[in-house]
Amino acid sequence: MSVLKVHDLRGGYGPVRVLHGLSFEVNAGEIVVILGANGSGKTTTLRAVSGMLNATGSVLLHGEEVLGRSPERIARSRVAHVPQGRGTFPELTVEENLRVGAYSRSDSAIADDIDRWFGVFPRLKERRHQQAGSMSGGEQQMLAVSRALMMNPELLLLDEPSLGLAPLVTQELFEQLGTLNRTTSISMLVVEQNANLALKIAQRGYVLEAGLIVASGTAAELKSNDEVRKAYLGMA
Amino acid sequence: MTLFLQQLMNGIGNGVVYASVALALVLIYRTTGILNFAQGEMALFSTYITWKLTDAGLGIIAAIAVSTLIAFVFGAIIERVLIRPVEHASPFVILIVTIGMFLAISSITVTIFGDDEKQLPSAFSERAWSVADVSVTLEFVGLVVVLAAECLLLWLLLQRTKLGLGLRAVASNPESARLVGISSGTMLMFGWAIAAALGAIGGAVYVPTTPALTAGSMQAVLVYALAAATLGGFDSPLGAVVGGLIVGVAEALAIQYVEPLHDITLVVPFILIGAVLLFKPTGLFGRRIVERV
Repeated sequence: MSVLKVHDLRGGYGPVRVLHGLSFEVNAGEIVVILGANGSGKTTTLRAVSGMLNATGSVLLHGEEVLGRSPERIARSRVAHVPQGRGTFPELTVEENLRVGAYSRSDSAIADDIDRWFGVFPRLKERRHQQAGSMSGGEQQMLAVSRALMMNPELLLLDEPSLGLAPLVTQELFEQLGTLNRTTSISMLVVEQNANLALKIAQRGYVLEAGLIVASGTAAELKSNDEVRKAYLGMA
Repeated sequence: MTLFLQQLMNGIGNGVVYASVALALVLIYRTTGILNFAQGEMALFSTYITWKLTDAGLGIIAAIAVSTLIAFVFGAIIERVLIRPVEHASPFVILIVTIGMFLAISSITVTIFGDDEKQLPSAFSERAWSVADVSVTLEFVGLVVVLAAECLLLWLLLQRTKLGLGLRAVASNPESARLVGISSGTMLMFGWAIAAALGAIGGAVYVPTTPALTAGSMQAVLVYALAAATLGGFDSPLGAVVGGLIVGVAEALAIQYVEPLHDITLVVPFILIGAVLLFKPTGLFGRRIVERV
């Protein structure tokens, strides 16, 4: 059963077309990675899925068409999007950031969930009353991910989580994401340039070039694909 | 000494009014990034509605309540109809829109209510006490209490409620706010509605302390409030309050003790604005945007 099924997605910014008809899907409990160079349309794809961009084609969430809905409405269908760079609220404290993440929830487990993510990312707990904007890039990325998870999402969209992070921090973050995927049923769609790390935790992947899917397969298949090895894994 | 205390009290009385208008300016600035030049005129229009209601026989307290409610609705409508279409335009476009609103509301007020002086009854009785040779009126105490309560409630709303958290989230990062399911449009409407309601209350308790309600009643107040917000820091509600009090007291003392300023007290806020921009552009409580990469 696919959580997300995208068909013939086309869109861009004003007269500039960026996506030329993409189709891909994310199954329940899966981590799917979209690999692609700068400007290939990775961010645009995620923005179209979460409603931040006008696009044509079809975006089905659990079989229901969501293309054309507002971002806040799509978010309330339990799609969490961690945008590129920082998705945090810099003037709010760490704890407030997490509470904002739970804004559209009305259940009583919000406080427990905050403690839960503090458990996963102890650094955030130490800084719970600190302004988010004053933390390091890595800490803010952890906060952005935790904030997204506070939504209790079924689908987590991650836009280049490794961007601007030190290699060790990136590795830690990806390990956490892998663990999360194994221990919860959250499906993830990750767009990344760091193919090495992404393919380690992903089950399947797609390769995006100039707004078109040019290759797809399981993580193992992509790792052994000559084109992918050359372009994204730095191997001849 | 008595004279000093009397002037200090006048200063505080005016200061809380400047503070409440500055607070509304800061509220809108923080949620939308817009400097609302029409804030004073919006308050003026609401105050005329309060007057009209009392003129029609309604008690002053009830009139203030009704006009505050009307202002709340009008504030939301203004955001939806006038501000939303230019939300993503350049700051200059938005600036022109709010100046246009200033002129439009001002003219509409005169057209509807006329340009003659009106007497708005005070919400407080004329009692007064003598404390250390200084006459303390109930009017003064009421003004301070009402506006202090207004500030406190706004603070509680922003810091302690879910709605306030949403407002602050939208102010901090509108895109991420939408991505967690907060409807930023609704939040901005709330921000404008609350600011307009604050203006209605502020106007209704301030105007009775002045000689009369006229079309120009709020114009000087806006200038002082701008000085207060600049002094306190445009992104800080606390700064707006402290800034308002400082500006009010500085004005009162300048009138009393600086001979050349007797007739040109409006110079005081401009001197303050100039000094703040020169020496501490973020204001006393304003935050420099902290960003680490």
